[in-house]
Amino acid sequence: MSLAAGSAVALMTGPLGSFIVWRRMSYFGDSLAHSGLLGVALGFLLNLNPQIGLGAITFALALLLFFMGRKKHLSTDTLLGILSHGALSFGLITISLMDDVRIDLNSLLFGDILSVQLTDLFQIIVIMALVLGIVIFFWNRWLLMTVSEDLARAEGVNTHLLQLFFLLLIALTIAVAMKLVGILLITSMMIIPAATARRLVQNPEQMAVLAAAIGVLSVFAGIFVSVLLDTPSGPTTVATATSLFAIVYLTRALIEK
Amino acid sequence: MPNNQTLLAASNISVSRRGKVILNSVSMEINAGSIITLIGPNGAGKSTFIKVLLGIMKADNGDLVRSKHLQIGYMPQKLQIDDTLPITVERLLSLPVKVSEPETRWALQQTGVEYLYGQSVQSLSGGEFQRVMLARAILKKPNLLVLDEPVQGVDFTGEVELYELIEAIRDRLGCAVLMVSHDLHIVMAKTDKVICLNQHVCCSGEPETISDHPEFIQLFGDATRQNLAIYKHKHNHHHDLHEQGGHQLD
Repeated sequence: MSLAAGSAVALMTGPLGSFIVWRRMSYFGDSLAHSGLLGVALGFLLNLNPQIGLGAITFALALLLFFMGRKKHLSTDTLLGILSHGALSFGLITISLMDDVRIDLNSLLFGDILSVQLTDLFQIIVIMALVLGIVIFFWNRWLLMTVSEDLARAEGVNTHLLQLFFLLLIALTIAVAMKLVGILLITSMMIIPAATARRLVQNPEQMAVLAAAIGVLSVFAGIFVSVLLDTPSGPTTVATATSLFAIVYLTRALIEK
Repeated sequence: MPNNQTLLAASNISVSRRGKVILNSVSMEINAGSIITLIGPNGAGKSTFIKVLLGIMKADNGDLVRSKHLQIGYMPQKLQIDDTLPITVERLLSLPVKVSEPETRWALQQTGVEYLYGQSVQSLSGGEFQRVMLARAILKKPNLLVLDEPVQGVDFTGEVELYELIEAIRDRLGCAVLMVSHDLHIVMAKTDKVICLNQHVCCSGEPETISDHPEFIQLFGDATRQNLAIYKHKHNHHHDLHEQGGHQLD
């Protein structure tokens, strides 16, 4: 069950993570994820499903960033820094103030892939199909936008709409993946497999597919190791992905010498 | 009203952003087959004007009339494709719509870089990359090529060759060319019309006459005018220009 859920998430984060790497938006993913904590807290506070709170907050923040990003009063990284840590702090405070609810902060921050239920798995698979469908539909236009926004617009691509979709998909992915790797580590599951794939491919499609495969491999190896050594599953998965990255880069460096 | 020779007519285009006037009532017509060069100092609004013509940006005021047959091929200012994005020349030309291999090869052949077909974009030199982008612009056999600083990042001899290539492509495809350029020396002789832009159209006309225009001299200085005169006499020998200190304007 954990393996299937982890793999489904890795299949989404492969292509989306590639775009995050290409468009240099990893900090953006981080900020959305951090704000997720506030969403979970609000969910509890309002007696909602925490995942709905999480989804609502990340969506709202994605929209906010989208519109503020078009104004450009502050540089994007400053803006993200404020929102990211501001939302994280407010989330932590809200949780600490709720005496009557017991929230396992550890699993929120770092995930708990072994606690995944069958309903979670169904939910993840449905969302994965949705996300992948949208990614494939927009693929070429997103790619042209990544190459040059001007070129895309000159050729009739509605770049604002596509950008909005991109941000919302990231928010959605974060909302479902949080349960597995936690809000502090989710961005790494998007970026590390994509970065690992980069040195091994020639074309964007190959990178997205290979990133997904590396993600699945990391999940399998990570869960295996975490059971074997009784280590937390989220960090172990990320550590596995990081090790794969290091191995690929070192090997390439040696070969190219 | 534009006649059937006019591909694109812009009249009284004005753009301002955050209280700063970028374009002030700029008008221009592009006729089929002509070469127009847009010159002007940095911040003169050249790229903004082109973006308005292409529909990338909206003008605050003014009219834009496009011919029904208008097909634009656009080459933006030198792109920096991120090193993290693996992409080959062939794949780049198939964005956003898949283009067949013979068509891709044809376009690359036109710009003299068919040998780059399967190569990764990051491995290209500045001149090669610009030729690939030019090939991309002519893929759909446009009747108007819009080139924003096409020789950016290209060395001096490469510049001359690239301008010659652009002219040759114009002759072969019979398309009009609208080009933004910093450096006047090489461009001018091959241009039908030069438009000098500095928020407004300072002056426009044939290259021979424009360099004597008082506003032109005020904008670019008398030295430029004299360099141009030298160039016009010896325009088959670009090395001479180099030795005599032909310089690019910023």
